Amino acid sequence: MIAAALTCVAVLLALAPAGIVLATHARGSAVVYGASLVATLALCVIALSVLLDPAHPTLSTTLPVGLPWLGAHFRIDPLAAFFLSAINFGGAAASLFALGYGRHEHSPGRVLPFYPAYLAAMNAVVLADDAFSFLVAWEFMSLASWALVVAHHRESENVRAGYVYLLMASFGTLTLLLAFGVLAGGSGSYDFATIRATHLTPMLSTAVLLLALLGAGSKAGLVPLHAWLPLAHPAAPSHVSALMSGVMTKVAIYGFVRVVFDLLGQPEWWWSMLVLAIGGPSATLGVLYALMQRDIKRVLAYSTIENIGIVFVGLGLALAFKAEGMAWVAALAFTAALLHVLNHAAFKSLLFFGAGCVLNATGERDMERLGGLIHRMPQTAVAMLIGCVAISALPPFNGFVSEWLTFQAILLSPQLPSWGLKLIIPAVGGLLALAAALAAACFVKLYGISFLGRARGEAAGGAQEVDRFSLAALFALAAFCLVAGIFPGLFIDALGPVATAMVGNSMPHQAGLEWLTIVPIAESRSSYNGLLLFAFVLLSGSIASIAIHRLASDRLRRAPAWDCGFPDSSPAIQYTASSFSQPIRRVFGTTIFAAREIGEMPPPGSAAPARLVVDMHDLIWDALYAPIAKAIGFATERINVLQFLTIRRYLALVFVALIVLLLVLAI
Amino acid sequence: MSMINDLISQGAQMLLVLMLAPLLTGFVRKIKARLLRRQGPPLLQPYRDLIRLMRKDVVLAENASWLFRVIPYIIFAGTWVAASLVPTFGSGLLFSWSADLIAIIALLGSARFFLALAGLDVGTAFGGIGSSREVMIASLAEPAILIMVFSVAMIAGSTQLSTIAEFMGSSAVGLRVSLGLALVALTIVAIAENGRIPVDNPATHLELTMVHEAMVLEYSGRHLALIDLSSQLKLLLYISMIACIFMPWGAAAPEAGVRSLAFGALTYIVKLSACGVALAVFETAIAKMRVFRIPEFLGAALMLALLATLLRFVSGSL
Repeated sequence: MIAAALTCVAVLLALAPAGIVLATHARGSAVVYGASLVATLALCVIALSVLLDPAHPTLSTTLPVGLPWLGAHFRIDPLAAFFLSAINFGGAAASLFALGYGRHEHSPGRVLPFYPAYLAAMNAVVLADDAFSFLVAWEFMSLASWALVVAHHRESENVRAGYVYLLMASFGTLTLLLAFGVLAGGSGSYDFATIRATHLTPMLSTAVLLLALLGAGSKAGLVPLHAWLPLAHPAAPSHVSALMSGVMTKVAIYGFVRVVFDLLGQPEWWWSMLVLAIGGPSATLGVLYALMQRDIKRVLAYSTIENIGIVFVGLGLALAFKAEGMAWVAALAFTAALLHVLNHAAFKSLLFFGAGCVLNATGERDMERLGGLIHRMPQTAVAMLIGCVAISALPPFNGFVSEWLTFQAILLSPQLPSWGLKLIIPAVGGLLALAAALAAACFVKLYGISFLGRARGEAAGGAQEVDRFSLAALFALAAFCLVAGIFPGLFIDALGPVATAMVGNSMPHQAGLEWLTIVPIAESRSSYNGLLLFAFVLLSGSIASIAIHRLASDRLRRAPAWDCGFPDSSPAIQYTASSFSQPIRRVFGTTIFAAREIGEMPPPGSAAPARLVVDMHDLIWDALYAPIAKAIGFATERINVLQFLTIRRYLALVFVALIVLLLVLAI
Repeated sequence: MSMINDLISQGAQMLLVLMLAPLLTGFVRKIKARLLRRQGPPLLQPYRDLIRLMRKDVVLAENASWLFRVIPYIIFAGTWVAASLVPTFGSGLLFSWSADLIAIIALLGSARFFLALAGLDVGTAFGGIGSSREVMIASLAEPAILIMVFSVAMIAGSTQLSTIAEFMGSSAVGLRVSLGLALVALTIVAIAENGRIPVDNPATHLELTMVHEAMVLEYSGRHLALIDLSSQLKLLLYISMIACIFMPWGAAAPEAGVRSLAFGALTYIVKLSACGVALAVFETAIAKMRVFRIPEFLGAALMLALLATLLRFVSGSL
């Protein structure tokens, strides 16, 4: 099995140089994306077969590459199998979408070589079973995605995004390097099996936790390490944006889970406080940022921060329950987090694909120039609607199930003995509830402004429906969102072995329950049945429709819009993205973004128009990143002097450096 | 046999809420009118309005999409299903396990999501203003009610509404501070969610402060009837929810006989009327708020609910 998986990864890697050659051919992109589709599907099947049948033989191997005395270890355990299936599910969907979408790429030579390499790298991170291979694959993943971010480097914004991304990615790899250094320091051995067997002192374990949180958190986009994410994710071509937001953030979560739940052993109770204190605010701040945007792809990128926050809240709860020895609740929280990982991969990819379709059809990402696309692109509009409902955590779709399970875990937390957790968990629960409500507002805005209403620009008015490959990918993901929402028990059961391996217990078996209900703890406590709920809503809606059409009236007339008797033919009269979020900006933004509205009135007698300027700041950027950037700028200015010395000063400098180094060695 | 009884009881519940909802609205209107020394419309007027609307043609805006025509059915179905999952006269509902309190709230959230989309579909300024304000109110009301649910669920040890109702009816509850806070929070949210004074005014048209009416401005005929019926159902749902959590007396237990079911129905009617009168008095006594005062009103609910939950975390008996 592992050999088959590695072969698929090798195929993906081999596609990278092939991509350089194929980029000049007319059918090159079809070949690369088609082959990527086949390879990712194969990997997905392999991972699922391992996940559903954990007794599979030969799940680990060592290849004679990498460090000479170490080799490269690869292994598929239940955790890796789950993440492999999530990654390749997203990868397959992206490849299918790109079969159609990739044809519009104006410089395929900048995308085709890196795309399969990027997929291969993400798979390699999850397959790796030693620190060296893990880090090499991680850095390879970062660099491949960086190349894709700057694929359209003629736009100056993208170059800046790529620069910030490269800096943050290097920082993340550095902290992970240090984390593995501490982990392997005791034994000096880098393979995970040895690391797992060694026990660290509490101080060192804490250091590893912090480093892993920084490293994986910066890749996943946790606040305050999120600054690069909304710049970099939208800059890439849309199918790559979907991979970065929907899939690569999951690889980061995998890294965190692998280090903290697997390699570190038994956690301390207060570690979870740290994770919760970062996860909860990430969820709320992420969606608030998203609400303030008017660029579709940036809204989606910020909403990724929200969802990663929800996942980390689940992981934090699991960590707390695991530390206190309540493995059955830990399993519930852990399963909720992983289910959200899968769900987010599905609906975020779907939404990014939809944004890609809109971009292709109209050339616009700015919502203020869209509108009325439901008439022009009816099929894309249906799929996007499903994605928006699912990500807003509304029943009967999949987003609701994972949030519901997280809430159930929160409701069990008064049983935790430690006071710190007792005080922080209600607050985190409140933040999660706030994030869920704001997410619904955010996606009403995204869908309502860009797909409903009247076209705000010529480009939106003349949009055409997209090709069938793109639509196939959209509808495949939309169908997944519905299926995972009404049959959640299947997915929970499949996650059983993962939870057992990581937290020592798993949720009760759901498959045998009547009507496919899910019951996380006991039926008297809570249960949810998406299938019945869906059937009920469908049934009562149809009954109402048939009854009214038969018994009352089915006549319909078209007429101009009423609008209180003042219809205005100009589409400019409609609400815009900014005006839609204005009330929420007034409620939350004045403190969180230091938002101010400045009305500039012309002097009396002047016929100039009045202007309204909205002034908003990213306070985290101002408080954290700007000072660092300024300090680095200052230091480099000073060091820059060294470039213009005379030769004797250079010699003197070398001499002094040598003396100092020798002194250091001597002491 | 018991299965059939349960099925009948569930069916009766679905029909009951559908039949009672317009009557409750008519009752509140009548009481409000009497408090203002007006004669007021007859109690059955909401039924007549609904029937008349259903028989009329739908006048659809020229650029309304298919979604605009489907949304009234989605909203009605979602609200009806949610309302029939809240115990009214008895707690033994056949399908109560298919959705717990969190799911019921999320179901109402779905209905609101689609209603806000409907406001944006035709592309008028009024629709936009309604949707935009509705999501602002919801972004505070929904977390408030969810946190309120947390506190109640932690006290009762369940998020199943029927289990909560049974627990609240038993003597194990006692007098708790957190329950009092939760009741206030739920009442504030119920007022906001149903668009009652002081948050919104259900009786006005063409006023810049309106929220709900602005969103449904383009609806007519059977579509409007369904949306009106949904808001009447929602009012009934919230009052039933308050009654079943905080006034659980008299409700028939599962497997109960006809007598206790009849008694449960009677007490349910009494509870509904009491809440209706209270709502009418409250609405008559208070003035409508400016729209940007609403966040403070709802923020109070949010904080009270959070306090209730925190108290439950701090001590098992508070």
